[in-house]
Amino acid sequence: MNVRSQVAMVFHLDKCIGCHTCSIACKNIWTDRKGTEYMWWNNVETKPGAGFPTQWENQDKYNGGWEVGNGKLKLKSTSKEKTVFNIFHNPHMPTMDDYYEPWTYDYQHLFNAPEGPDQPTARPISMITSELIQIESGPNWDDDLGGSPIYAQNDPNLKGLTPEQQAQLFAVERLVFFYFPRICNHCLNPACVAACPSGALYKRGEDGIVLVDQNRCRGWRACIAACPYKKMFYNWNTGKSEKCILCFPRLEAGQAPACFHSCVGRIRYLGNVLYDASRIEEVAKLPDEELVEGQRSLILDPHDPEVIHEARRNGIHDSVIETAQRSPVYKFVKVWKIALPPHIEYRTLPMLFYVPPMAPVMANRSDDVVNGVSDDLFHDIEQSRVPMKFLANLFGAGHESKVRYALRKQKAVRWYRRALTVGDVEMSTAERMLREADSSPEEAEAIYRLTSLCTFEERFVIPPMHREEAIQMLEDPLEHKQSVGFGFMMAPRRGM
Amino acid sequence: MKPNASGNGNLPWIKDEVRPKLRSWEEFYRNRWQHDKIIRSTHGVNCTGGCTWQIYVKDGIVTWEMQGLDYPSLEAGLPPYEPRGCQRGISYSWYLYSPLRVRYPYIRGALLDLWKEARSRHEDPVEAWRSLVENPEARTRWQRARGKGGFRRGDWDTAVELIAAASIYTIKKWGPDRIAGFSPIPAMSMISYASGARMLELMGGVALSFYDWYCDLPPASPETWGEQTDVAESADWYNSKLLAVMGSNLNMTRTPDCHFAAEARHNGSKMWVFAPDFNQVAKYADEWVAINAGQDGAWWMAVNHVLLKEFHHEKPEPYFLDYTKRYTDAPFLVELRNENGSWRPGQLLRANRLSAYAAVENGDWQFLMWDLGENRPKMPQGTVGFRWAKQKGKWNLELKDGLDGSDIDPALTFLGGESVEVELDDFGEGRTLRRGVPVKRIETADGSSVLVTTVYDLLMAQYGVPRGLTGDYPQDYNDENAPYTPAWSEKYTGMGRETLIRFAREWGNTARLTGGKCSIIIGAGINHWYHNNLMYRAGIHALMFCGCVGVNGGGLNHYVGQEKLAPMESWSAIAFARDWMPAVRLQNAPSWHYIHTDQWRYEREFREYHAMPQDGAGSNGNMDISHGHTADVQVEAVRNGWLPFYPQFNRNPIELVREAKAAGKDPVEFTVEQLKSRKLTFSVEDPDAPENWPRIWFIWRGNALMSSAKGHEFFLKHYLGTHTNAIAEDLAAGSVKEVAWHENAPQGKMDLVVDLNFRMDTSALYSDIVLPAATWYEKADLNSTDMHSFIHPLSAAVPPCWESKSDWQIFRTISKKFSELAARHFPEPVEDLVASPLAHDSPAEIAQPRMQSWVRGEVEAIPGKTMPNLKMVTRDYKNLFNQFVSFGPLVRANGLGAHGTSYAVEDFYDEALRTGPVTTWDGKSYPSLYEDTQVCDTILRFATVTNGELAHRSYRNMEQKVGLPLAHLAEKNRGVRLTYKELQSRPHRLLNSPMWSGLTENGRAYSAFTYNKECLVPWRTLTGRQHFYLDHPGYLQYGEHLPTYKPKPSPVQYADLRLSKAEGKTLMLNYLTPHGKWHIHSTYGDNHRMTTLSRGVEPFWINDRDAAEIGIVDNDWVEIHNDNGVVVTRAAVSARIPRGISIQYHSPERTFSVPKSPLRNYRRAGGHNSLTRVRLKPNLMVGGYGQFTFHFNYWGPTGCNRDTHILVRKLPDLKW
Repeated sequence: MNVRSQVAMVFHLDKCIGCHTCSIACKNIWTDRKGTEYMWWNNVETKPGAGFPTQWENQDKYNGGWEVGNGKLKLKSTSKEKTVFNIFHNPHMPTMDDYYEPWTYDYQHLFNAPEGPDQPTARPISMITSELIQIESGPNWDDDLGGSPIYAQNDPNLKGLTPEQQAQLFAVERLVFFYFPRICNHCLNPACVAACPSGALYKRGEDGIVLVDQNRCRGWRACIAACPYKKMFYNWNTGKSEKCILCFPRLEAGQAPACFHSCVGRIRYLGNVLYDASRIEEVAKLPDEELVEGQRSLILDPHDPEVIHEARRNGIHDSVIETAQRSPVYKFVKVWKIALPPHIEYRTLPMLFYVPPMAPVMANRSDDVVNGVSDDLFHDIEQSRVPMKFLANLFGAGHESKVRYALRKQKAVRWYRRALTVGDVEMSTAERMLREADSSPEEAEAIYRLTSLCTFEERFVIPPMHREEAIQMLEDPLEHKQSVGFGFMMAPRRGM
Repeated sequence: MKPNASGNGNLPWIKDEVRPKLRSWEEFYRNRWQHDKIIRSTHGVNCTGGCTWQIYVKDGIVTWEMQGLDYPSLEAGLPPYEPRGCQRGISYSWYLYSPLRVRYPYIRGALLDLWKEARSRHEDPVEAWRSLVENPEARTRWQRARGKGGFRRGDWDTAVELIAAASIYTIKKWGPDRIAGFSPIPAMSMISYASGARMLELMGGVALSFYDWYCDLPPASPETWGEQTDVAESADWYNSKLLAVMGSNLNMTRTPDCHFAAEARHNGSKMWVFAPDFNQVAKYADEWVAINAGQDGAWWMAVNHVLLKEFHHEKPEPYFLDYTKRYTDAPFLVELRNENGSWRPGQLLRANRLSAYAAVENGDWQFLMWDLGENRPKMPQGTVGFRWAKQKGKWNLELKDGLDGSDIDPALTFLGGESVEVELDDFGEGRTLRRGVPVKRIETADGSSVLVTTVYDLLMAQYGVPRGLTGDYPQDYNDENAPYTPAWSEKYTGMGRETLIRFAREWGNTARLTGGKCSIIIGAGINHWYHNNLMYRAGIHALMFCGCVGVNGGGLNHYVGQEKLAPMESWSAIAFARDWMPAVRLQNAPSWHYIHTDQWRYEREFREYHAMPQDGAGSNGNMDISHGHTADVQVEAVRNGWLPFYPQFNRNPIELVREAKAAGKDPVEFTVEQLKSRKLTFSVEDPDAPENWPRIWFIWRGNALMSSAKGHEFFLKHYLGTHTNAIAEDLAAGSVKEVAWHENAPQGKMDLVVDLNFRMDTSALYSDIVLPAATWYEKADLNSTDMHSFIHPLSAAVPPCWESKSDWQIFRTISKKFSELAARHFPEPVEDLVASPLAHDSPAEIAQPRMQSWVRGEVEAIPGKTMPNLKMVTRDYKNLFNQFVSFGPLVRANGLGAHGTSYAVEDFYDEALRTGPVTTWDGKSYPSLYEDTQVCDTILRFATVTNGELAHRSYRNMEQKVGLPLAHLAEKNRGVRLTYKELQSRPHRLLNSPMWSGLTENGRAYSAFTYNKECLVPWRTLTGRQHFYLDHPGYLQYGEHLPTYKPKPSPVQYADLRLSKAEGKTLMLNYLTPHGKWHIHSTYGDNHRMTTLSRGVEPFWINDRDAAEIGIVDNDWVEIHNDNGVVVTRAAVSARIPRGISIQYHSPERTFSVPKSPLRNYRRAGGHNSLTRVRLKPNLMVGGYGQFTFHFNYWGPTGCNRDTHILVRKLPDLKW
């Protein structure tokens, strides 16, 4: 056992508003500079939809993530041999067309236009070339475009749905969409780190945050090709790759990352988990259908005396073990099993988990009149508008059982709370539903509280970073206190 | 993790980086995060969010903003409010330093040149202005240049002098009521609103309303509750066990509140979402009701049919019946009238018709219930008659007879006795039905008898609940031809009867088991239809039938606009200069714009599109307002004092007073005589005559020429006199009878348009002068909302950038220059005569028991009774600036109040004088209003929601009126005094106050009307109860006395497409403009964040099959047009939009990314309001009658626009 601590995350998709406040909180602070205009470390996608960059989930196109061959785990995008070959041109790398050309407008024209025969208007101009452009794509181009014949229809997750099911997504009976916010998953088995020829990427020992060293990065961009989530970006101004840093400067000060802080849907949870690093490779090589359970098994019980002992032996601070014991992520992922990793089949072992969304009941249409298909107060999850197969493609490597489990438990909690708060449902019925969902009234109560009543402090249990110990390795913390901030800041420079 | 740990398991490619030196680069990102200062502010944008924000400052520059988290928590069991703040708010910091920022004053070049030249010829600026404005060539010169570029950077002195000179000239030449100002919804930044309104009211100018003009006002709220709007704060959604969300896209428009709905579901609440499109909030629904657009009324009518049948008639639920008796007008007696041999419902039977009550005070305004105990009609307490009686203390909801104090056990129904068949209108089929109604005969004082029934029995008949009575009752739920069965509703809603019945039963059962915890969250998606009041009423009735109003977790939660200005009493005193002026000029904007932009000229009789009862029904000897042209009803409304209209008369009111005095007459009497003899006329009777035009228009805090300008192209034509893309024809000739017809409509009525702005929006682009305004991170202000119960400050994180100033500073600056010029032109105070309408929450609520016209001699002309109030006001123009910066003496003398409350403030006024700061002039001192922060503190000191002692005092005063204990509601917080600085330190919750109807002690979530229900304080209506039945004679004429279904105006009848022709593949669609994701109105929509996350334009959403039919694919440019104008934008194609409708989210700007229109000779295309034209619903114009009595933003027709139809085609040719 090699016990380590990782800051992990849960996004509760049933609560997601699709507002993108998270994206802008991040952008304002981190990617508002020259060279980063097109970067969205945090973005929110409409599902079904094509995503950003377009069709990032289509690994036939992008070749991201890992594959298992001859019992070995290897990057799909590159290898020792390929690195040299692809170093100046990687055919699977996303291009500007897959992202978008950032633009602004000639706003000053409104002030400066001479008097003329017609009203002036500010035209769009490229932020790359400063030329007038036609806007043909953006970072959120298919927002709310469920039922779009171009975007929704080309969602890679529709794979495995019958043609009839796919067609229904364009009809009143089954039309639906939901939101899928994304940041870097800070994976346990990060393809980006493995792919870097310069060794510029690393996973921080104390919290598992994956970073690109802005001094060491040489701009080879192998990380961009390797990351199957396409959460690595190339800064065309500095010539370095950049990515979500999980707001480590905020975490170090005990604050939630900006996108978590700003999540007005209150869908985000953050906390550290203890995991067994010695089993990563073994788990990453499991067959698809065993991956979800396998990754779950890496996460250790922070109350287990043996785990605590091993954690201490590995230098994990008592205070960090304590936050792991209070971690909301541990509850959602390990205890309740209702949060699932995205596209575990990419085998990077993402440490961001999603509670899958419930959806409205399906309808039928006859004689031009529409009726819901269920007479129940809360319809069965199999009658929901989002096809189970679609969610399974996102959160179960194509296998439905884990998704079904998570949804059934969520639904059972609602029946239980209904029985308690209204009484038009018999408590015995509600308890039966909980049992069928592998739950109990006690667990239902706990799930309900953390889902609905959660405070900021309950959503975000941030492990103390003990910066004094880290700084001590460089200089006396007292000296640091006295001198920090004096000096000149230099942005990383392009090239070697 | 100790630094010596290394290696990540056995994966060779992954190693932890713990070597400290190699990690020192991490300061790169740490440095970015460092900041110098965090200041609390918020956004003044009428989003209703009212979120508290932390503004980060680094190097003296605002770098970004994050949400504040420090809201006080509510009671246990409710989710907390943190965080609040959405994608739009968090993008605001972009504006401060953006290329769109107005950094300096700008003046239209054509005007500036003329002005400089004129000033060189005239030493007196007023003379200079006269020389320009009286020269038609010069005036036309700058009018035609409006919106077409040619701005010059100006300076403050020049701009302010020009504005002040124009104002003085206008007052002298035409009268002060030709100067108007428009600024949206004050609650979002109330000091900034107050600045301009205060200056205008001190001048005698006109403040235009906003809530009704935006069509945010739900007329059903005053109709039912006598309340502008009062709703639950969003935390109370969590208490609801059935949430019906309709016409309100919570994710989009209630973004910071949406989580309460999401979280309620996990607590076992059921959520139904009604929307024609699969909209964003539908994703949360248990059931999405894909209702046909604008047919929500049909749904609720049928729901009520089921509720009444199952929960009232067949298996009566005791809670529902008890509630209906106590808190609604259901038990009141209605007189049936025989018209042409048929019985029709008439007005409520007045108590003084009976000998027992013949002599009671206000007997025309006392009503009756049938007491089951004594088996006779009795006169309950709590009615409007008791509200305005000399003897106080009986205005309460105890079920007692107001004369003898005996108990009343009201009969809801007379079922079982005699019945007659009553005529009921079926507007859906355009026919009249007869349905049996149980009746009683009551002997009247004059010896005759009247046939009466109860409101409840009429409701049963109208909703078609079969109770064994004769007539056109439906057989069962499947009777498709009988309104209002579930089967009947299908043909309108497109939803199946099974779903409807299931919904109704869930509704009834949930309310039964929880004591009324069903709520409707409703919004502009419904409120913007022409017949919105009927749709709302139908939904409200489902709440009232099941005891859901006035309970936590229940009620009608209408969120459209940030109308809740919590510290109303002291704020309105400052904003409308009531501290100095005894009368004010407040104009309902819908009437003003409808008339002055000449949009009335483009339509004929309203019966062409408004379904009405058969001719003559319900007239009953009253003035007929059910025929003719809307503008004619508008004229009657002004003559009778129902609605205001400015300018008032075709003469300068200052001159009018001078004339009266010269003739040795009392100016009020003189004016009445002149009006009666038609020597003086109301301006509204001849709005196109130059002496009746508005002349100067101030716009601040809003986008009056685009976002809210229904009929935008007519604004450009008739107000501004610049280009227009409207092709509609004059149609009203021959249709209007009371309005003078000019063959050619005037173009360019406005002499001067002044805009205060931080960004170059459409209004700024079309104005003559643009003054640089401070942003929301650069000034002190206050913000409140109905979405939550806190009050927030705006604060200056940095000083106003470049040459900008706060709105308060700007109007203060203009006032100063105005006073300087006035010293020469108005050396002595002048007297003005102010005409104003009959006012809600005043004795004028019982002014007009019948609709009668003094103009036609049907009744005496009595100011304040049968015609507008006429009041003398002295204006001291040379001291206007001094008054502006001083909290005036009338507050101390008269006390404060709102919504019918009042309290004395002498002690606090004197305290303010003692503690300072004060302003001193002419030897007297006043609490200072010089600085923005002083205004904030004055508002907080004198308002009940922020000063606990005043709340206590106001409750004490209310106790006298009501006769029941109330002051305990303020006891706990009596010592609370909030100040601006305290608000900056953290959010504070508003205190209980009798001017609001919710109760918040101990962290209880605010829910409207809990005060009324629990403390038995009447609603401010005719009967003091919630009204099912609206017996105003005008409503009887319109067939809206009962809840009903009226069909949407058809495209042909609505006449938006008379001249527009299909060219190429074209489709006609209903054009909907709900609120969108990437803007709040037009703000934010033009910033870099929002344009990037959307599509760089506000696209036109169209169904995929509709698009395919006319060859449109996603992101194609499309041209959208009708007779009113044209829009060119991109298409967004999706099956989530149903066929037959289209959406362009409110509100695009014309200022960016708008190409030209081939259909309009390649002129620049417009915005969403280029396609709209306003129609007013005439029955919303009545007045002087209970809750149907005018108050600013409370009553009057609304600016609806949902029924618009357009033609769309692929843009054949892209030209910029």
